[in-house]
Amino acid sequence: MRTALENGSDKPKFVGRGSDWRHLLSPTGNAGDAVFRGLMLSAALLVVAIVASMIFALTSDSMLSIRQFGFAFLTSREWNPIRGEFGALPFIYGTVMSSLIALLISVPLSLGIAIFLVEQAPYYVARPIGFLVELLAAIPSVVYGLWGIFVLAPFLRVYVEPRLARWLGWTPFFRGSITGIGLLTGGIILAIMVTPIISAVVRDVLAAVPSSQREAALALGATKWETTRVVLVNGAPGIAGAVILGLGRALGETMAVTMVIGNRPQISASLFEPSYTIASAIANEFTEATQDLYLSALVELGLILFLVTFVVNGIARILVWNVTRKTGGVARAA
Amino acid sequence: MECNEKDGWRGESCLMTNFERSDQIRRTTSAVMTSLTALCTFVAIGILVIILSYIAWQGIASLSFRFLVDSPRPVGEGGGIGNAILGSVALLALSSAFGLPFGIAVGVYLSELGKGRFAAIVRFIADTLTGIPSIVTGVFVYTILVLPMKHFSALAGGVALALVMVPIVARTTEEMLKLVPHSLREGALALGAPQWRVTLGVVIPAGASGIATGAMLAIARVSGETAPLLFTAFGSRFFNYYLDQPIASLTMQIYYYALSPYDEWHAQAWAATLVLMTLILSINIVVRFLTRKRF
Repeated sequence: MRTALENGSDKPKFVGRGSDWRHLLSPTGNAGDAVFRGLMLSAALLVVAIVASMIFALTSDSMLSIRQFGFAFLTSREWNPIRGEFGALPFIYGTVMSSLIALLISVPLSLGIAIFLVEQAPYYVARPIGFLVELLAAIPSVVYGLWGIFVLAPFLRVYVEPRLARWLGWTPFFRGSITGIGLLTGGIILAIMVTPIISAVVRDVLAAVPSSQREAALALGATKWETTRVVLVNGAPGIAGAVILGLGRALGETMAVTMVIGNRPQISASLFEPSYTIASAIANEFTEATQDLYLSALVELGLILFLVTFVVNGIARILVWNVTRKTGGVARAA
Repeated sequence: MECNEKDGWRGESCLMTNFERSDQIRRTTSAVMTSLTALCTFVAIGILVIILSYIAWQGIASLSFRFLVDSPRPVGEGGGIGNAILGSVALLALSSAFGLPFGIAVGVYLSELGKGRFAAIVRFIADTLTGIPSIVTGVFVYTILVLPMKHFSALAGGVALALVMVPIVARTTEEMLKLVPHSLREGALALGAPQWRVTLGVVIPAGASGIATGAMLAIARVSGETAPLLFTAFGSRFFNYYLDQPIASLTMQIYYYALSPYDEWHAQAWAATLVLMTLILSINIVVRFLTRKRF
């Protein structure tokens, strides 16, 4: 039996006598249906239009800077608003490095949390604890920043960074003056912020792995950890998706990073040194930008950030969808 | 050797001990890794507890009724966050007015009407829009609203927050409506109701509590946003009752006070954070309580 629902809106199967406006939108030709469908469809179209106009607005407003600097914008180290020189490399470096530090810390942590919640903890423990971990995602970025300035940064300055400098000072990464404000602090704050996001998605991915896989491993005499490894291998594409999703979030995080990373456009191997990210450059300098070229360069930074996160998120969604959709699981909107 | 004494069949018993030894290693590995995962969880929850208790401890110190209703004053004269609370409420009301109907309509389209390639594209774009940094949304709204209007405004701030809200509301609405049993729709259609009446009169009421919780979560998320407001709503140190003027928000107030060099303003930032966190956490806990049975 076919209902009106199943006929679909785009290709009306039963176009009746009069193919007037009502039949364009509704297969039944009911006027109310046509209006209703038209309204909902225009909302959906508006979403597409917003993204399209985002791309258009960001591109057209950064044209000035694109024409002036071209590709060199991405490779130049010089960011000097007074002399009118704008190069994005220090910001790209700061964004990529802080996100990498964040992933380095949060990926093992999130995997551990997800494995604990799905494979180990009994239901009545996993639910409240899962909720508490998710609460970490509910804390606003600016609050993480406040906490970062007054708690995390002093803690790192006094207890962690001196030790890192002593033990690992022979590497180029842990040298220089110890202030507590810099790339390392930014990376750690980001790690705390993306952990609930990655772990929530990995949780859904692991839960979507069929339990027959676990039963088969256990029946062959595998230990709990060996069973978990089988599950991890099965969920690998989804886990990769979750990590990329976390990367997307880390790349675009603004307030918390701005407050602890030091905001100095420089490229230094040392993680103790202040750095600057694309997002924090926009946040700090946008309202100060008086010349057209300066503003245009900042909008171009926004365009870069938009395109990168759009692609990164797209890849992540495809990976996660493919895993969770097969078993009817639902990937939470992170 | 041990394996000789255990059993007459030398080969097999030796095999057994080797097996037992490797079994020991495997069991230890399993126990170690299992406890490591528990440790990871413990670390995450520990961080949550440290952050929340620190906010409560620091925030309570400068919280008072005057602080909640007064507007900011110069350093040394006290002052409060009354204008920021009012501003946040106004921005949330504005963004909900724009974002909720829009997001719910998109969700209804995706769940009830959209089929095939176009719906898949809309769903994909909504999902990726969730991951677009909110600072970029701020830049976008600046170029389309603030530049033409020539000044920062509460309206622009509301639109920026609404753009953050839409994809979240759309996707939760879609998921919630998909949970409504198909038989309800078929029953209503069989009674001769047109599709718009089936959706508005049967499907949406059946999924209403789910849509409401999705909307609340979106409001909680947006109430903590700072980045999209910096160059749209811009912030203000006064009470503002006009939508075409710059307006304050709790989050921007926290940001500016945190970066100021004054201890008194730092203390006020903590108190404002306590107010904000109370709002956000209570929404999250209420939503959790309401959805207990569903998930």
